[in-house]
Amino acid sequence: MTALQKADTAPRSVPPLARARAGRRRRERRIVLVLVGALVIVAAFSLAVGAYSLSVPDLLRTLTGQGSQSENFIVLSLRLPRLTLAVLVGVAFALSGALFQTVLRNPLASPDIIGVTGGASAAAVFGLLILGFGSVATSLAAFAGAIIVACAIYLLAWRGGVVGYRFVLIGVGVAFMVQGLLGYLLSRADLNDAQGALLWLVGSVSGARWQDIAVVAVVLLVLLPVIRLLSGRLRALQLGDDLASSLGVGAERTRLLLLVIAVAVAATATAAVGPLAFVAFVAAPIARRVVGTGGLALVPAALVGSLITAVADFTAQHLLPGQLELPAGIITGAIGAPYLLWLLATSNKTGKGA
Amino acid sequence: MTHQLRAEGITLGYDHTPIIDGLDLEVIPGAITVIVGANASGKSTLLKGLARLLKPEAGQVTLGGRNIAALSGKKVATVVGLLPQQPIAPDGITVADLVGRGRYPHQGWFRQWSSTDDEIVAAAMAATNTQQLAARRLEDLSGGQRQRVWIAMALAQDPEILLLDEPTTFLDVTHQIEVLDLLLERNRERGTTVVMVLHDLNLAARYADHLVVMRAGSIVANGAPAETLTADIVRHAFDLEAAIVPDPVCGAPMIIPIGRFHGRVSTAETPEVWQSKPVRI
Repeated sequence: MTALQKADTAPRSVPPLARARAGRRRRERRIVLVLVGALVIVAAFSLAVGAYSLSVPDLLRTLTGQGSQSENFIVLSLRLPRLTLAVLVGVAFALSGALFQTVLRNPLASPDIIGVTGGASAAAVFGLLILGFGSVATSLAAFAGAIIVACAIYLLAWRGGVVGYRFVLIGVGVAFMVQGLLGYLLSRADLNDAQGALLWLVGSVSGARWQDIAVVAVVLLVLLPVIRLLSGRLRALQLGDDLASSLGVGAERTRLLLLVIAVAVAATATAAVGPLAFVAFVAAPIARRVVGTGGLALVPAALVGSLITAVADFTAQHLLPGQLELPAGIITGAIGAPYLLWLLATSNKTGKGA
Repeated sequence: MTHQLRAEGITLGYDHTPIIDGLDLEVIPGAITVIVGANASGKSTLLKGLARLLKPEAGQVTLGGRNIAALSGKKVATVVGLLPQQPIAPDGITVADLVGRGRYPHQGWFRQWSSTDDEIVAAAMAATNTQQLAARRLEDLSGGQRQRVWIAMALAQDPEILLLDEPTTFLDVTHQIEVLDLLLERNRERGTTVVMVLHDLNLAARYADHLVVMRAGSIVANGAPAETLTADIVRHAFDLEAAIVPDPVCGAPMIIPIGRFHGRVSTAETPEVWQSKPVRI
């Protein structure tokens, strides 16, 4: 059916095209390799350094199952779950942010800015403080909170379709409401309970349990291939609703599907570790800026996300003065907030707005 | 295989406010159809309806005799392509990447990219003279280059019927002609059916095989430019007094708008211009 015949394509014009594509791929692959390398180094530090530090040979020995009892306990039972969880939630938050930002075509659209992770927090704190939930029930409440808030924003933003900026504005409004609810819950609570809730609210990977890790890992294992399959539609959706539809991608349906996936991923990660501020917000833009080809850059974004959470947790544990150990969410917040300011400043300058 | 695209009594609008009410239109296969009309006369809305972007509240759009709403979006996209008036591109996208995205409807869930895709993208870029821009970023290009890239993307989609919403807006006159020549060439060489909205009546009359004049959501004239662009129809559709003379270059009707201040000289006194012979280039 194609009107184009092979005979009248100029074969000499294929090479520059193939070369351009190969160049884009090569650049992305190189950046992925660098990021993986950086992640391995951070992981090695996270596993080896601490109150009891190991040498590299000792670490390798322990990881291959030949360590002493105390080394096994410290590395495999204390540090490895923590690192694994940090890496997995980094991937989850980053992908969620990348999907939100791409689907809504707005750099401010990320689950932590528009109140999706805030909804998870409010529900979790409600469970912890009012209903006296245990950890599993708190995670479930957090998951439900994220879903409820996301649905509320979607419905409020719906006007025969969903437009990115309206979704973001309503999401920011909802985020404030959720903050108000949180403040109310915390002010009513017993001081000791409130302190526990506050730790959860900042977001921390300490005390990671393998069952949390398994949940996040399973959700990612199921949804990553789905995201991969939908990446063609996502690329079409980047060109605007009209062009996407004209390329045969049902814009509204695809957007809803991708938002559901993004919310599920963010909700799972928040349920496991609390709302690690700004990871979802900064990971994808950093990755895209580094790759710089206008592609989706989902793999680099996921790696940047896990690198941020792993570095943040390591910094929170070891690199701050004093013996004080902070939750990782404080560090990610400290990275993210200046980026938000920078984004607002520069996008105003170019007149693109939010 | 040629597909007939036809609007049958369609009512189109947003939020239940009809912009187009009960409109019939038969797109002539292999011809260039140009839609003209005043602002807000429903031109873009009609294009969106024809391209399955907007679902009719009444009536139906048929492609090859079948209701387009019942066909899969991807299937329609292999036959009908639409280039919107102001398409959006992600930051930093390169020309080759963008043009390549036009291949989406021809790709399956698992078959991602083939050498045929490469050849068609290369041909689309050659036809629009954008090969040299392949590795450049879209945002670094001039307006004329950018529009050629978008058209390359639409050509890479390889549709039998290509719909374009004001493809020449924001371009200077040289680049307007360049874009229209490109589309004419595509039409004459490959038989691609072209339906486009244009604002410039003179260019519309020159490039159209078939002209559709719209006013307030209905078609007021439909046919060859020489029959449809009369002073009466221009007055009716645009609320504009105009003198119509033959275009000295190709003989198509040419509209001279009169306005409130320049109608004092009778057209009968200035015959030299329109009596001059068509110029050969």
